[in-house]
Parts: sequence; structure tokens; C-alpha cells
Amino acid sequence: MSTNLIRYRVSNRRSAELALLIGAWLIGVFAWILVDASTAASSLGGWTSLVSAGVLLLITHGVVRWQAPYADPLLLPSVAALNMLGLAMIHRLDAAAAQRAASNGSPPPTPDVYLQLTWMLVGLIAFIVVLTFVNDHRRLQRFTFTAGFAGIVFLFLPLLPVIGNEVNGAQLWISILGLTFQPGELAKVALTLFFAGFLVGRRHSLALVQKKIFGIGIPRGKDVGPLLLVWLVALLVLILERDLGTSLLLFGLFTVMLYVATGRRSWVVISALLLAFGGTLAYRQFGHVQIRFDVWLRPFDDANGNGYQITQSLYGLANGGIFGTGWGQGYPQLVPFAKTDFITSALGEELGLMGLIAILLLFAIIIERGARAAVATRDPFGNLFAIGLTTVIGLQTFIVIGGVTRLVPLTGLTTPFLSYGGSSLVANYIIIGILIRISNAARAPEISDAQLVLRQNVDTK
Amino acid sequence: MIRQINRVTAVIIFLLLALIINISYIQVFNARELRGQPGNQRVILTEYSRERGPILLGSQSIAESTPTLDALKYLRSYPDESIFAPITGFYSVLYGATGIEDESNDVLAGNDSRFFVDRLQQLFANREPKGGAVRLTIDPAAQTAAMKALNGRTGAVVAIDPTTGAILALASSPSFDPNLLSSHDAAEIQMNYEELDADPEQPMLNRPLAMTLPPGSTFKLVTAAAALESGRYTAATQLPGPKEINLPGTDVQLGNWNDKSCGPDDITTLQQALEISCNTAFAWLGMEIGANAIGDQAKKFGFESQFDVPMSAAISRFPIDPNQPQTAMSAIGQFDVRASALQMALVAAGIANDGVVMKPYLVSQLLGTDLTVLQSTNPVAFGRAMKSENAKILRDMMVGVVENGTASRARISGIAVGGKTGTAENVPGDPAHAWFVGIAPAEGAKIAIAVVLQNGGGATEVSGNALAAPIATAVMRAILKQ
Repeated sequence: MSTNLIRYRVSNRRSAELALLIGAWLIGVFAWILVDASTAASSLGGWTSLVSAGVLLLITHGVVRWQAPYADPLLLPSVAALNMLGLAMIHRLDAAAAQRAASNGSPPPTPDVYLQLTWMLVGLIAFIVVLTFVNDHRRLQRFTFTAGFAGIVFLFLPLLPVIGNEVNGAQLWISILGLTFQPGELAKVALTLFFAGFLVGRRHSLALVQKKIFGIGIPRGKDVGPLLLVWLVALLVLILERDLGTSLLLFGLFTVMLYVATGRRSWVVISALLLAFGGTLAYRQFGHVQIRFDVWLRPFDDANGNGYQITQSLYGLANGGIFGTGWGQGYPQLVPFAKTDFITSALGEELGLMGLIAILLLFAIIIERGARAAVATRDPFGNLFAIGLTTVIGLQTFIVIGGVTRLVPLTGLTTPFLSYGGSSLVANYIIIGILIRISNAARAPEISDAQLVLRQNVDTK
Repeated sequence: MIRQINRVTAVIIFLLLALIINISYIQVFNARELRGQPGNQRVILTEYSRERGPILLGSQSIAESTPTLDALKYLRSYPDESIFAPITGFYSVLYGATGIEDESNDVLAGNDSRFFVDRLQQLFANREPKGGAVRLTIDPAAQTAAMKALNGRTGAVVAIDPTTGAILALASSPSFDPNLLSSHDAAEIQMNYEELDADPEQPMLNRPLAMTLPPGSTFKLVTAAAALESGRYTAATQLPGPKEINLPGTDVQLGNWNDKSCGPDDITTLQQALEISCNTAFAWLGMEIGANAIGDQAKKFGFESQFDVPMSAAISRFPIDPNQPQTAMSAIGQFDVRASALQMALVAAGIANDGVVMKPYLVSQLLGTDLTVLQSTNPVAFGRAMKSENAKILRDMMVGVVENGTASRARISGIAVGGKTGTAENVPGDPAHAWFVGIAPAEGAKIAIAVVLQNGGGATEVSGNALAAPIATAVMRAILKQ
């Protein structure tokens, strides 16, 4: 009886994952067909791309089945659905670019979708590597300081003279042998590992309160040190690379992890104060921060200048309405950076509110499943690491989608799994790989019911 | 740690919820306002992605859309260039639309609710959505004749079918080529528009509708109608017609255009006074019947009313409460009397149609995408301006003007043409405006026409007969196929 119960509970649901994965792939296939039908784009190479994406996903599923049989069955299909939708939208924007070139009589531009497909391949390989070589996530804790060092190096790499590359006023890229890469995307994974490893050993000392001011417990001075350090690093990134999005993300991530590790709300209050202070300072000192903020408040005052991106994004969303124009029927190409930062407004125009809600629900599923792995895993490092990675995806989604829909000031980040851009895709597949590894550990039937009960008692105490 | 993880998760899910609420607000509640923002090109792009319906005269199209290869999928073109511009107006990416392009936009663009069934069919048949067509009342031969006769001189021609109010010609000169503004090259459009806009000759002004000028002696038709309608006058009633009369209370002497008396012993008849356009007789008559009677008569012909043909015409005015000398001047179409060419054509049309003024209109039919008729315009009376028998008397007097009087240049052999010339003084020193108002044939009229050349259209010697009447004759010949 009890064995059956456990079996039932830990039933690995791999077939469900396969079925959902095929469904996710089909969403992409149908989207692609609709794009071709409505833009009259030549689908030369389209089927090869779709089939190779399908095969890649199947192989990945096979690796999950083999390496992490108890992993959460919803994570990979949700991510795959987003990735397929992103590919279809990039293909659709390629078609728009080709049409534009044809009407100008200029040679057709190189489609971006094949490069993105290649990055999807690289991302899935990274995912498979993580899953294959990290068979216990706890081993990663050993690399805490290595990861911390690597994260800082990644962050500051674009500032190096030869390989650093400035695009659109932000210095976020490195360029090696003609290939550009955004190391900041990998930095966020490395830094999450560092934070998790660093905090898990010090969480009790960090939780110590020396004195209280206005009912808020103030931690000891030497414990505030790391927070101030990260705050300074985030500010430095902001200043030197003009990357508002990444600094906001890192700061938010560290706050969340401190809070989770120590359980002290005072960290959140202190962080909020530091954020307000840093934000005010940045607004006062940097023209580009001020512009971003003013455009957020009054986008239509300068609709043809600084407000152009955000107003075009809003026009696209308005054109989409509830049900969207349909694939290929809108004008997402009018929004600058439609393939990268503004892919949400492109999807919102053609798929409408219904489409965007579906996409946000996919993100919600990823967040919920990541959090579930974080809760269910049995070691504090795993708890912290998993919620950190989940927070990265959640916060990044909020910052970028909130930015292009004018909920928060526009800061510029890629939308996880949707946006064109290899670094982001690879980094996010690595995150999902780790989350799947942790969820596998959480769901694997390693311990008895008695231990489970004990553990629950400990947690709810 | 578990409790904190759950809290963090809840916060992130809440943030995603905030995104959904915000996006719902943008895409549902705020969408209409965003679509209306001036910088939003999507509305135009959507409009240009559909084949816009043609503007037709019979089966000839004077505005049509042809497919292109660029982002705006259809190009609007006007095969006859400037000839129909006063009617079609223009359709421009940068400057919107004017004329019928603007007024009938819902039908042409296919947005009209009557296209709902068409839309559904297109959806299911997977055909590209198209707009409907608009058929106009314009007679292409009359319009072409009018534009040709105006020959670039500053002026306007309006020809109306008096029995229906259908506008047969609506000419404005100088005109412009709407193709200059309908291209897809923004820089070129802007350059062309700024050039047209800065042109002192105002080629984009719709003169027959928008320009109101003192109608001069053509207004004597209204004064004569008022006199006949008073019941105290007939065509043969004798009137004083001296060489000049003193305007009461002033030392101004009002004289005749030829400095002659209007008849033996300074006595003339109403008929003769109209034929030779006797200022003194009409000034006296105006003061006799009074400003109220003339003003009321003018109103019955359409003064003080707004006509939407469907483009809105400027309202023609008769002065309010003029004193005696002002009444005398108003009775001969001077002082503050202002009339559009359309209004003077309506005066002629009312007289021709046994006293009933029909509402003027340009659109005869709205057609579906397959050119089936969706709606036909039924002629509507604006109102009765005068009794049928008085209209007949006035028509005979107008024929007299052409046969024996000042409008000799309006004669067409074999057809009884009625008319009245006008040479209206405006600002002292400026050349006068040359007018002609006419009907043909006088009985069972097919056409009522008004022609005006602003400041004589640049002529040194201004006279309605010499300048305006020949233009009217050309248009009447085109309509009557003479």
C-alpha cells in the first residue's frame, strides 16, 4: 500500500512531458505555416528548420528520460513552447525585412531565424551537458567562489578594449572572431550560484540582529558588507556599461536570495532604500537614466524621438487588441528591436491579449515549477539555488515585458526564450537544465515516508 | 526557508499578474485612444493594405487603386489629373484625405457597416478585403468642358440638374493634380504639398463651394423673385430707371453701369430692367419691397443654409438689418451680400424647377465591392422658393436677358437659354468679379449653371457677358450635346 502510494506520488510523468513537448513543437509549426501563408514568404528551409528543432527537442527529452527520470515534466515543454513561438516570430520579422528589401530593390537580408535556430541547438547542448555532467546539484556548491569570480569577470568583460563592443549606447557585448556574445547573461547564472553558495553558509550569522531602529532589525555591520558590495557592483555595471536592466536584475536577485536565506524582512527594506537611493543618484547623474524615466512618464511628448520605441510598442499592442491581427497580418516590424527587447509587443500585436496571456501563463508555469523544485529539494543550497534561478527568469521577464508595456521604465533586457539572441537563450537553457536537475532530486524516491514526515515537521516548525 | 520561497514565488506571480492587467488595459481599454494617436502609422498601413474602391462617373473611374510592391500595398491614382480634383479631393499618407475621398472614406475603405456581409464572405473565401465604390452625379463631358473653359483663370463653375439637385459639374480653377499627394514617397508628398499650399493662387481651395463673393447683378434674380412673390409686381410693372439715384440719407449717387437711363423718361419695366441690368431700378425696387422681403427670398433659395454635397459648402449671406442705402446696394448684389457659385446655381435651379429648390448632391450611388448597388440617392427638395407661375415669369425674363439683353454671349442656336450676368465690384481698385447664372433649355431645363471668375480671372476689362457667359455656354453645350 505505502509502496504503491510512493510509486504513485513519484510517477515520473515522462510520457506526459513527451506529449506536451510535441504539442509545444506543433504550436511552433502551425505558427510558422501561418506566417508563410500570410506573408507569402518562401518557406525554403522552413521545414528543415522545423524538423531539426523537433529532433533537437526529442533528443533533449531522451536525455532527460535517461539522466533525470523524475524531473518535473512541465518545465521543458513550457520552455520549448516559448522557444518555438520566438522562432516563429523571428521568422515572421525576417519575412517583413525581406519584403521591405524587395520593395526597396535592395538584396534580401540574411534571415536571423537560422542563427537563432543554431543558438537553440547550442542552448540545448548546454542543457544536455548540464544534465549529464552535473548529476547532483549539490556538487555545484564547491564552485561557489569560482562562480563568483567568473560572474564578475563576465560582467566586466565587455569593458575590455579589443573584444568589448558597444551597441546602441550600451556596452554589453563581446566580439570574438566575428561572433558576438553577451557575457552578462552567463554572469547572472554564475552569480546566482555564488549567492546561493555564499549565503547558505552564512545565513544564520546574517540573521543575527544587533539592534532595532523603528522596529526594523538592523543586521551586524560586517554582514551588511556583501550586500553593499553587490550594490556597488550593480551600480558599476550600470555606470560603466549603461546596462540598467542587468543591474536591476542583479540587485533584485540578491535581495531575494538574502531574504530567503535569512528570513529577515529588514534586508528587503534596506534593499528598497538602497534601490531608491541608487535610483535617485542615477537619475540625477546620468542623462540616459533621466531620459528613460521621463519617457516612461510622458512617452507621447517625444513620440518621434526618445519616446519612439515605447510609443511604437504601444501602438502595436493597441493594433492587436484582444485577439490580435493574426500571424503575418500586423506591422510588428515598425517597432524598433522587435526581434529582441520588443518581441513581446510583436507577439501582442499578432496574437493579441489572448496570446500574451497564454505566453505569460507559460512563464507562470515555469516560475511555479521552479519554485516547487526549490521547495521540494532537500538541501538548503538546493532550495536557495533553485529559487534564485527561478527569480532570475521571473524578474527578467517582469523587467523586460513591464518595460515594453510601460508598466515600469524601459531598461532593456531580452525576454527569456522568446527574444532573438544566443547568449540569453544559452544562459536560460542552462538555468532550466539546473532546475530540472534539482527537480529530479526533489522528486526522486530516495527517502522514506517517515523521513518525509520528519522533514515536513522541521519545515513547518 | 520554505516560507520565504513561497512568499517570493507569490510576489513573482503577482508581478506577472500585474503585467497581464497592464497589457489588458493597453490592448482593450486604451487601444482606441492609441489607434487615434497622430504618429500611429498602423491605421494608414491597414487602410493601404486593402484595395480602396474606385470613384466612378458612370463606368469611368476618376480615382482608382493599383497594386504596388512596397509596404503600402495600393497606390491611389487619378487618371484625369487635375480635372476632377475639386470633386475627388486627394488621398494622402501624410495629409489624410479631402473631397469625396474623405467624405465617402468609410465606403471606399470598406469600413462601412454595410460591408459586414461582404467582409464575412471575403473572410471565408480567403479573398483580400476590398473597399466599395462610389458613383457620382458628375457629367464628365461637362466637367471637362468647364475646366477647359476656365483655362487656369481663377474661378468656379457649378452645374446642377434643376429637377434633382444632382451636381453635373463642380469646377475650380486653378486646380491641382491629386497624384502629387497620393504617392508613397513621404518627402516628395511633403514637398508637393508645401508647394501647393504656398501657391498664392490656392489651387487646393474648392472655389465653387468654399469661395463666397458678392454676386453682383446676378442677385437681381433674387430681388426680382421677391418682387414677383410680393404680388405687387409683374414683368410689365413700371419702375423708375434714371441714370443715377441718390441713396437716401447720403450724398452717394448710384449709377448704371453704362451711365445711361434705363428707358424713355427714366421709366422702365421689371422685364427690361433685368434685361439691361438696370441698377437704379433694382436699387429703387429693393428699397420699395424692403430688406426683409429680399432676405427671406434669398433664404428660400438657400442663403443662410449649410449644404453638404457631401463636402460642406460655405454659407451664403444676406446682410442683417441693412439701412436704406445698404438695402439698395444689397438688392443689386453688392454691400455685404456674399454667395458661393453653388448658391447662385441653386437660385437658377429653383427658377428652372418651377420654384422648387432641390438639395444639391454629388454621390448618386454607393456600390459594393462587386459593384452591385448598395444604396441610391433619392433627390430631396430643399424647399419651394417661389410660386410656379412666378418662376415661369422669371424664366421668360431670363430668356429676354440672353436674347435681348446683357447676356448675348450665352446664346445657343436652337435652344432658349435663360441667364443673368453680373459684374460685382469688390474692394475699390480691384478688378470686379465676373458672374453668369443661367438655365438651359429655359423650359424643361436640364441644366442650371453658375460661373464666376474671381477678379475677372485676370482680365483687364471685366464683364460677366464677355468672360463668364462663354464658359457657361461651353458647359451647357457639353450637357445638351450641342
